[in-house]
Amino acid sequence: MEHDYDVVIVGAGLAGLRAAIEIGQEARVAVLTKVFATRSHSGAAQGGIGAALGNEEEDSWEWHMFDTVKGSDYLGDQDAIEIMARDAPRTLIELEHMGVPFNRTPEGKIAQRAFGGHTRNFGQAPIKRACYAADRTGRVILDTLWEKSLQAGIRFFHEFNLIDLIVVEGRCCGVVACELATGEVHVFHSKAVLLATGGAGKIYKTTSNAMASTGDGMALAYRAGAPLKDMEFVQFHPTGIYKLGILISEAARGEGGILRNKHGERFMERYAPTIKDLAPRDMVSRCILQEIRAGRGIDGKDYVHLDLTHLGEEVIEKKLMEITGFARTYVGVDARKEPIPVQPTCHYMMGGIAADVDGNVINDEKGAIFPGLYAAGECACVSVHGANRLGCNSLLDILVFGRRSGKQIRRFLESAPPPLKPPGLAAKTAGCIQDLIDRPGNVSYGSIQAEMAALMMDQVSVFRTEQSLQEALAGLRVLKQRYQGIHLTDKGKRFNREIFDVLELGYMLDLAEAITVGALFRKESRGAHSREDYPRRDDINFLVHTLLRFDAADGPRIFTKPVTITRFQPQERKY
Amino acid sequence: MKSTFTVFRFDPSLDSQPRYQEYTLEVEPTDKILDCLNRIRAEQDPTLAFRASCAHGICGSDALLINGRVALACQKLVKDFKTANNFVIEPLPLFRVLKDLIVDLDPFFEKHRQVKPFLINTGEAPETERRQTPDQQKTIDPALRCILCASCTASCPINRANPDYVGPAALLRAFRYIFDSRDSVTAERLAQIDSPDGVWGCKTMWWCTDVCPKGIPVTRCIGQIKRALKKS
Repeated sequence: MEHDYDVVIVGAGLAGLRAAIEIGQEARVAVLTKVFATRSHSGAAQGGIGAALGNEEEDSWEWHMFDTVKGSDYLGDQDAIEIMARDAPRTLIELEHMGVPFNRTPEGKIAQRAFGGHTRNFGQAPIKRACYAADRTGRVILDTLWEKSLQAGIRFFHEFNLIDLIVVEGRCCGVVACELATGEVHVFHSKAVLLATGGAGKIYKTTSNAMASTGDGMALAYRAGAPLKDMEFVQFHPTGIYKLGILISEAARGEGGILRNKHGERFMERYAPTIKDLAPRDMVSRCILQEIRAGRGIDGKDYVHLDLTHLGEEVIEKKLMEITGFARTYVGVDARKEPIPVQPTCHYMMGGIAADVDGNVINDEKGAIFPGLYAAGECACVSVHGANRLGCNSLLDILVFGRRSGKQIRRFLESAPPPLKPPGLAAKTAGCIQDLIDRPGNVSYGSIQAEMAALMMDQVSVFRTEQSLQEALAGLRVLKQRYQGIHLTDKGKRFNREIFDVLELGYMLDLAEAITVGALFRKESRGAHSREDYPRRDDINFLVHTLLRFDAADGPRIFTKPVTITRFQPQERKY
Repeated sequence: MKSTFTVFRFDPSLDSQPRYQEYTLEVEPTDKILDCLNRIRAEQDPTLAFRASCAHGICGSDALLINGRVALACQKLVKDFKTANNFVIEPLPLFRVLKDLIVDLDPFFEKHRQVKPFLINTGEAPETERRQTPDQQKTIDPALRCILCASCTASCPINRANPDYVGPAALLRAFRYIFDSRDSVTAERLAQIDSPDGVWGCKTMWWCTDVCPKGIPVTRCIGQIKRALKKS
């Protein structure tokens, strides 16, 4: 089936919804999403959204900007970070007016709490900057924006999987998608396409990410010629539930929770004397693993304790209800009385499709744009998070830059030419899918997926070395070979999830390779990228963004782009 | 431990009637039911259709009938069931089956839309946030835990008898906006559901509260709407 729209937005998480609301009724907008909108992974965000509202104590956007720059280990682009930090208070007021049910201060203002890496007066002490709705902040914002978009009459295509971008003469002219319910191929012609497809945590075995977080938009943009940026920076959240990876929000530490080793010691005091358990995530994850390596994991095993027992029932009931529920449901722990077993879990991709502050996809080191193609949210790298994202900056990022992308697309539509429409795309794609279904072979997607996830977890997670990365790269290339012999069991059309499992696995293999190649290239340690063979940050050689261009034959081609530094010169990063 | 999963299979475009298919898996007591279903798909039968995403009870995709009781597959562990070596997995009741464990939730979301699920404030927006006391915020707090999984509506006996009844999930959403101190059309909202297919459809049978995977006191919230209507 063929459709004509002005704009196609892929993804109905917060970035996609915010852009859709911004474009609103001024243009014909279609939102494609592979899960029902309210199932989007933005809804899993727990702890809060950062803004220097100053509702609980004095705050300023400059402090927020500085913390974000320092948190990024000076790899974030400071012009973009300034835009985000300055726009944060407005964003929060806008959300409140839309109806987001934030917790309140006694005076009735939006309540705020402490979060990792957010400080007062350029690093002096933790500050309450994260605006929250209990520990379901993402979920209630997602519900509110989705309901606003229903009010605005936005057209949704639910359970539609992105199959390809339509690129003609270097312009993006729409997308090809496949409907899960019918297996039918749909071609969407449009003047502009916004990718808001989220992250790719499923590349790793232990992750807080949803089953849908398979990097579809990143991989398809990459294959279509758009470079990926800073892919080696993968965030491991320090406190995933042991073995399961389910997220226990940083809000637990923001409210006073403490990490302890097997001796009951508050070990973060040794590593980050000023802000202790509220150090940024990259540091805390490394510290946990160092404790475990030194034999100080609980019972000598590979986890530590997150202790909330001193917080009291009221704090837990009002502010941390979901996460204490997770601990009870999944590991039988009553967090009011006993500590929660935790270990780092793959959480967030700092890297992604290279994009500017208006969502334009960037095509080269000079900043040339990819006409018609936009990206926002976790799938994009603007870059405001640099080498390490601070907690509660992701909800802010996706709302600020989702809105800006929407505005930019509206401007673009004023003079955009009609899309070029290559004929026969639906039939061609349907043929490719049929070929996939009919392909002979004997490998199931499940075995390759499991091996990829284990390989990346073992070799390309928190700590990396030349050897681990080379082994990973060799292993990934073997898996890519085996992928060619993949065989589908489901020969049907209706709700054939296996087709998408296989396609998504292909996306993840490409992205896993990009992460590994980027990590091999970057012979330094910065933020979440920690090379044991190059333990220091190297600003002389690596204060640059890594960009990778897809090359099916020879593997990713690397080039670099300077970091934008405006207000804050790189310094040693201590907390 | 070996465990048998007897799973409802039905493709209405091919099958004249549903059937049940058995899968045997080696499971751990701490496995989620969703883990087991994922493994059935990955290791034995990729044709089995079900919905899931976040896998920890926040996205609301995987409400199913597990051993005859509505629950989220990602929120129940093998050891939560006394008969942990024998599971019967079926789709949510009430809704039309599209394939296997996937049901058509369009009617569910249509009812959600009927209650105007968005904040309406006809006053001028202030430059800062609209003030709300912690107590006012707390009033609607139970409803904010809703993940739109449809467990309550699927379990409600009234919904089974009367397809026009708006149902507990939509009423909970109505509650969320009726009692939000920032909303300015409370009277219209109340009037809209003041009918036998609206809030009075509820006969206080508690099934919704009983099955809610987020522990929301749904029946009590609906009761608050009824009391507000009686007062007005």
